[in-house]
Amino acid sequence: MRTSIRRSRRLMALAAVAALTTGLLAGCANDSDDGSSNDSGGDGGGGKGRITLTIGTFGVFGYKQAGLYDEYMKLHKDISIKENVTTRTDVYWPKVLTRLQAGSGTDDVQAIEVGNITEAVQTQANKFVDLGKEVDKSQWLDWKLAQATTKDGRTIGLGTDIGPMAICYRKDLFRKAGLETDRTKLAARWKGDWAKYVDVGKQYMQKAPNGTKFVDSASSVYNAALGGAETRYYDKDGNVVWDESAGVKKSWDAAMAVATSNMSAKLKQFDKPWDQGFANGTFATVACPAWMIGYIEQKSGDAGKGNWDVAAAPTAANWGGSFLGVPTAGKHQKEAIELVKWLTAPEQQAKVFAKQASFPSTPSAYASLKPAADTTTYFSNAPITQIFADSAKTIPVQYFGVKDQPINSALTDVGILQVEQKGKSPEQGWDAAKNEIKDVLGQ
Amino acid sequence: MSSSKQALAHPASSAEAAPGTTPGAARGARGRGGPAAPDSWRSRLYRWDMKASPYAFVAPFFVLFGAFSLVPLLYTAWYSLHDVQLSALDHQTWAGLDNYKNLLSSDFFWNALRNTLSIGVISTVPQLLAALGLAHLLNYRLRGSTAWRVVMLTPYATSVAAATLVFTLLYSWDGGMVNWVLHFFGVDPVNWRESDWGSQFAVSSIVIWRWTGYNALIYLAAMQAIPADLYESAAIDGANRWQQFRHVTIPQLRPTILFTVVVSTIGATQLFGEPLLFGGVSGSKGGSEHQYQTLGLYMYDQGWIIGNLGKASAIAWSMFLILLIVAAVNLLLTRRLRKSQ
Repeated sequence: MRTSIRRSRRLMALAAVAALTTGLLAGCANDSDDGSSNDSGGDGGGGKGRITLTIGTFGVFGYKQAGLYDEYMKLHKDISIKENVTTRTDVYWPKVLTRLQAGSGTDDVQAIEVGNITEAVQTQANKFVDLGKEVDKSQWLDWKLAQATTKDGRTIGLGTDIGPMAICYRKDLFRKAGLETDRTKLAARWKGDWAKYVDVGKQYMQKAPNGTKFVDSASSVYNAALGGAETRYYDKDGNVVWDESAGVKKSWDAAMAVATSNMSAKLKQFDKPWDQGFANGTFATVACPAWMIGYIEQKSGDAGKGNWDVAAAPTAANWGGSFLGVPTAGKHQKEAIELVKWLTAPEQQAKVFAKQASFPSTPSAYASLKPAADTTTYFSNAPITQIFADSAKTIPVQYFGVKDQPINSALTDVGILQVEQKGKSPEQGWDAAKNEIKDVLGQ
Repeated sequence: MSSSKQALAHPASSAEAAPGTTPGAARGARGRGGPAAPDSWRSRLYRWDMKASPYAFVAPFFVLFGAFSLVPLLYTAWYSLHDVQLSALDHQTWAGLDNYKNLLSSDFFWNALRNTLSIGVISTVPQLLAALGLAHLLNYRLRGSTAWRVVMLTPYATSVAAATLVFTLLYSWDGGMVNWVLHFFGVDPVNWRESDWGSQFAVSSIVIWRWTGYNALIYLAAMQAIPADLYESAAIDGANRWQQFRHVTIPQLRPTILFTVVVSTIGATQLFGEPLLFGGVSGSKGGSEHQYQTLGLYMYDQGWIIGNLGKASAIAWSMFLILLIVAAVNLLLTRRLRKSQ
């Protein structure tokens, strides 16, 4: 009797171990295609069940904040939306790439950043639904649409926001430094050339209020200037031309002028100390793509209220912006396409602008754009809609390449940073960036 | 004091003996059973159970190890011999040893290796020395000793991310607390993130802060197992505290010290989270001149930022080989030390 109890106990333990192991393994197996768990009760029951659409984004897209998901779910009773946010793009994109190629695990809707869109168009186009057939393509700005369209005319993502350029500046600091504070007069002073903007910086530094600098970083000037250049790192045919590109040269020179003249607060954008710089008012200007408006308002807080103002940038430029695509691996393509169409429609883009000043990529929305009342007072009643719309309409078509992002970060995070923070000469910085880019391109 | 130490020492020794005895006993039992004539179904099952159960109990680990360590490890080796891009995983072209050759001729690789070594040394050595000292102090009779020990362990319990964020703010070159303190001693602000030694020192300090208490507790546990009469006789011979520490504590702790050295070395070779987060937005570069880019960071940068998975896999395997060498050197040293004892 005793032994048999013992034995059965042992057997039970064995069974438990076996069950645990298989359970764990099964858990892992399920994990890889968690899309499948979403349609439980979907089409299986015969009647119209509830469908969960997942949308993968990075950073803040503002859809949730602007209440768009709730609104869509009210319009479509059978759909619920789940947003999967990954904060950092450099974590988000590799994850999406591996899932796209595995053919499973993708969200029903997948956001794509402008820096990655060329890679997606050139290497992942067959993994995305052609959305061009579903919409009136003329709604979007030409250059925005072109970025997401393959050579044979398939559009793999619909444009969300864009990043038309302006200059945000601290009126109070400008006044203390004895500078002009009127936004139209300032815009006229630096119109056409970032070198003129640097000249204003030199003047600012002569009587700069204690502990302040003219601009947050040399890299931000570089990115802003490059955003308006005709050629970046690749030519029309996809060849790497970064070291002969006139756009790169000009933007580099502007950044070097900033880096070598003590007018930079030497911060790295999106770092904690940069946030503190906003809060403490340690720099007077920042290159200001539309999405920066919401950021400044959040990070500068009450102290900055009414002190910030917005002026037109030296050249029209674009910095940032995203797309929404529907992976063919998704479980609910039809519903996902409908959602993307709705989210990127002009009316919805205008709502996101009202909440968080992300600027629409559909010009028909421009007439009705209204920034939030808070934002308007925060930025000294500057006509930001007008300023950004003017910039948006004259942005040149730019060609991106597969390795655009790593090349860009080689120039900013290695080349410019060495000159700005380590006191290297511009030539040394350029050579360092060159080495880095060789490594990136596997040469 | 002395009795409590011995009491602590005893369970340890008996616990050590325990795992050894059971399998032996089982073997003996089977031996006594002998080649029993026609086995009944039950006894066959019983014997099968005796043989198989241990394997079933250890199986979960090995199954998981196989699925999540061994297979990826071998697959990584396969990748490292190919040209694979993150954006085209199914287009692998055979590259032979090109990725490895590429690494050997790459300044960035040697730089990362050097950084890993130097950061490893300046974080491991002070950390272990400090841990030894702290453990020695905690070994004295102290008011609220448990509280002190718990406090020692708190840095280890903090997440790397949280700790590094705080340190990043402390070390920020404009308005950071470290530079603010230095300023009272007339030292000019140091750009901790971009200077060569400053950045390595800063990264090391995060590692030291996190792991010192952990190692101190390991040393403390070992110290408590040292018989008190050794100290008593040393005291009778006229040895002071410091001499007792040098001639009694340290020799007795030798195996423990070796263990912590091995574990810390492995940790130092794989250093990744601290420098990545310390670097902020483009942390995988380890600074504008790659001043604190460790091998782990270089692998991450190649694989997930640049998208060159073949080369990243080659780095991963190089790291693995380096760890094997480190382990071999440690083994040799251990043998030497044992012989000399």
